[in-house]
Amino acid sequence: MVGLSTHSGTSSPLLEARGISKVYVMGEVEVHALRTVDFTLFEQEAVVILGASGSGKSTLLNILGGLDRPSSGTLHFRTEELSGVTDADLTQYRREHVGFVFQMYNLIPSLTARENVALVCEISKDPMTAEHALDLVGLADRLDHFPAQLSGGEQQRVAIARAVAKRPELLLCDEPTGALDAETGKLVLEVLDHVNRETRTTTAIITHNAAIAGIGDRVIRMSSGEISDTSVNETRVGLDEVQW
Amino acid sequence: MRTLDRKMLRELWRQRTQMLSIALVVATAVTTLVAMRGTYEALERGRSAYYSDFRLAHIWASVSRAPESTREALLDIPGVAAVEPRVQGFASLDLPWSDAPGQGLFVSLPERRALVNDVYVREGSVPDPLARDEVLVGELFFEANDLALGDTLVAVLGGVRRQLTIVGTGIGPDHSYVVPPGTLYPDDERYGVFWLPHKEMAASFQQDGSFNEVALRLAPGASVVPIIDAVDDVLEPYGGTGAYGREDQLSFKVLQDELNQNRTMGIVFPAVFLGVAAFLLHMVLGRLISTQRSEIGALKAVGYTDSEIGRHFLGYSVVAVAVGTALGSVAGLASGGAMVDLYATYFRFPELEYRLSARLVFIGGSVTFVAALLGGSAAVRAATTLAPAEAMRPAPPDRFARGWIERLAIVSRLSNQARFVVRNLERKPLRAAASTLGIAASVAILVVGMFMFDGVERMMSVQFQWTQREDVTVSFIEERSSAVVTSLGALPGVRRAETVRLLPVRIRSGHREVETALTGLDPNGRLRRIVDGQGREHAVPPEGVLLSSILASRLRVGAGDAVFVEDLTGHRRTARLRVRGVVDDLMGSTAYADAETVRRVSRTDTRSTLALLETETTDNEALTREVLDMPSVASVSSPSRMVENFRQQLDDSLLVAVTFLVGFASVISVAVIYNGTRIALSERGRELASLRVLGFTRSEVATLLFGEQAILTLLAIPLGWLLGHGLAALVTTAMASETYRIPLVVSSRTYTVSAGTTLVASLASAWLVRRRLDRLDLITVLKTRE
Ligand SMILES: Nc1ncnc2c1ncn2[C@@H]1O[C@H](COP(=O)(O)OP(=O)(O)OP(=O)(O)O)[C@@H](O)[C@H]1O
Ligand SMILES: [Mg+2]
Repeated sequence: MVGLSTHSGTSSPLLEARGISKVYVMGEVEVHALRTVDFTLFEQEAVVILGASGSGKSTLLNILGGLDRPSSGTLHFRTEELSGVTDADLTQYRREHVGFVFQMYNLIPSLTARENVALVCEISKDPMTAEHALDLVGLADRLDHFPAQLSGGEQQRVAIARAVAKRPELLLCDEPTGALDAETGKLVLEVLDHVNRETRTTTAIITHNAAIAGIGDRVIRMSSGEISDTSVNETRVGLDEVQW
Repeated sequence: MRTLDRKMLRELWRQRTQMLSIALVVATAVTTLVAMRGTYEALERGRSAYYSDFRLAHIWASVSRAPESTREALLDIPGVAAVEPRVQGFASLDLPWSDAPGQGLFVSLPERRALVNDVYVREGSVPDPLARDEVLVGELFFEANDLALGDTLVAVLGGVRRQLTIVGTGIGPDHSYVVPPGTLYPDDERYGVFWLPHKEMAASFQQDGSFNEVALRLAPGASVVPIIDAVDDVLEPYGGTGAYGREDQLSFKVLQDELNQNRTMGIVFPAVFLGVAAFLLHMVLGRLISTQRSEIGALKAVGYTDSEIGRHFLGYSVVAVAVGTALGSVAGLASGGAMVDLYATYFRFPELEYRLSARLVFIGGSVTFVAALLGGSAAVRAATTLAPAEAMRPAPPDRFARGWIERLAIVSRLSNQARFVVRNLERKPLRAAASTLGIAASVAILVVGMFMFDGVERMMSVQFQWTQREDVTVSFIEERSSAVVTSLGALPGVRRAETVRLLPVRIRSGHREVETALTGLDPNGRLRRIVDGQGREHAVPPEGVLLSSILASRLRVGAGDAVFVEDLTGHRRTARLRVRGVVDDLMGSTAYADAETVRRVSRTDTRSTLALLETETTDNEALTREVLDMPSVASVSSPSRMVENFRQQLDDSLLVAVTFLVGFASVISVAVIYNGTRIALSERGRELASLRVLGFTRSEVATLLFGEQAILTLLAIPLGWLLGHGLAALVTTAMASETYRIPLVVSSRTYTVSAGTTLVASLASAWLVRRRLDRLDLITVLKTRE
């Protein structure tokens, strides 16, 4: 088994964030979720983001994925400017380029696993079938289950199937293995690896599990809304070597 | 099918009770509009076709006896297009199938089709002009007595008993509403209109070569008032009692009043219902959609555009409104048909048919749809303007603070549970106000629907217990001297006899004039009194007149003003009388005066047109027969029978209306309360489930959920009473007609029933939600992250 990515960090930038900050104003209190972050995602690379709870990982990922807007700073997807565009442009960006695995799964409760995936396939240019995507995450026998009939981990896998089914250029995963045991966690990472290799998808994964850090091309550490450390993995660890 | 559509269908099905209740609100609004407005349109259509096809007169005039040649003189009046002289008279009837005697208004039929007031023949044919014993019977009488063509009846025509064979049934345009003289309500079993060939009528009523009634049609654009004066001039020498136009013709006037009322109701009620429905749709769909906030966020996050999401949620409104409009059209068609049938028992037209109006369905559907759209899109917009990251997160825990209500001393002493309820209410004051208003609307609708019973009840007691206190009313064809009264008083079983003189007059003030009867009352009489809508009695003024408020407002006069009163009988003198007061009475438009004042106006000796009898028993059939056989008695009626007939008419129509309103109001309160609780349940499901997990019992949790609705309902009831009272005042004003006015009386029964219905509806909704709450699967609720 190989590592998540085999690409070098020398390819061109896919997503470039400059001086990104995010401030939540709550009455008289200001929460600085992000403080002037500079960050670049390169084509086809896989990045692992680590950091304490509340350090701003989700906030950064949400901004990169066009789910939220920074309070200041600029963001470019390839040559396109993403900061300051309209909501409709952001929607278009998410629809065409981004696959997202949310920390809260955010499945539609009234749709089955298959339908939750199909929901995204229907608005994509070149999707896989919903069944295929669910097969990839090992849920071929749970196609017609509603979210309420699935375990937390299974729901998370449906969320992953939903994210990869559209064959996105950019795959952003917020703790995709957070609720999973070692075996399933590996299965999920294998799927992400498979997708990353097959479709050369640029991938960013948030995790609390430092052991996973070795499987990416680069590892980013966040604390108090800042990137405190970036390291490049010269030798990537194979999935089977990961200690859970 | 697109997945998004599947989601919608599935959720619609899951929330079918809620959706159905919303659809039912739409349905009530559409039903009311389609049925009530549709009924008005059907009546109006039937009436105008009838009046033009059968050439309703513009002017009528009665005379004692005018030679045929007078017709030419009338035709010569500029503006007169057609003149149709008739002979008409009353006759008592022997009805072989009934113990009670009947009465008929007999009208002559010309040998050709009548130029004015042509008769519509429904069944059979008109009598042969030369036949002696064939009669055309008014349709209402015919049907009320279950008659068949070929049946016979006996009429006392000009003192001669005659057996007549029914050869046909019909209606006259000036007799589409038929009431016995001196009364206001039909008595179709005992009183009807009959048509005989002109020759027969002339022979029976001693009018050979002459006529005693004439109807005129005017050229287009001719003005009525000067022609009435000209007709009076022509007919005066022959005992004309004053020509009158359509506004003073009973059948026309009653029908006109009824249609005006009908039009008002066809506007007021649908407007109220549409308004309430629009409000509810706005509120309920808005709340329903806002519970989907995080799903909207997820859809946005995966790349659905705002307009795709908007269209998806629009689907909910479309389905609810479409289902409601369809249900409403079907119910509207059925009830509109029933309402028209009901009208057809009192008003007859050749064609009276209810048709489902696509236009009305469209109006009802689109008003509710626009409301649904506005409510829904406000909620969708609220959710889509949030960044998806924000929207997907469960709504942030509300910021709680001790609000002003909670700081009230009494609340601070409440239990924790009660405080929880109060805090929730205080947190969303606008929503609480909207729900309260919604529930109040249903209370108000019930108050409006039921107060009519109260008003009519009051009207009847004013009229029949306080005003008309006699047991039997006798009306004479011509004025009689007081000797007749003395003889009536001497009849067996009669305890007391009094007289009333109704002098046909025209009252003028400036350029306004009204044709009415000057009612001459005996100041010492006990059987007729002047009573207003509040039940206050007014004394007969020793001089001058008292005017009904309707009359006073038509003439624009008040107490102290002078009016000119023209006697339309005999010498046609005009007297100047002072208005001594205005009586806010409920029925008719009358001018009251002392019998002596009437005598001075007409410059004749004391005469009477009505005799009022107080009898020893209530069973007066024998007396009625005896009196009817006396010469020049036009009719014998009894107030108690009038009450009966009135109740009949009322029970039929009001009961239908009230049943509808109770149903509709229940639908509305259930929709508001059920939806309110259901939405609260889905908004706070996690919170409540957590409490259950922590060990709270089902009923404790239920108290938290329902406490809020209970408080809102209790607040809504007095507010609804207030709103209802206001609406009732609006309706009484809008419906006031010259024939009667419903007083604004709201009984405690109405208040009780309206509050009770709303309480029952809220208990029913609570019960429905409670079942759901009990089945609340704790694990599922806590596990799914919506
Ligand atoms: N909507 C919001 N309003 C106010 N503060 C917020 C909001 N969302 C996040 N924050 C704050 O911003 C900071 C960063 O949050 P973020 O969700 O990015 O953390 P995280 O690194 O993803 O943490 P975790 O590992 O627990 O998911 C936190 O302190 C959080 O409280
Ligand atoms: Mg996070």
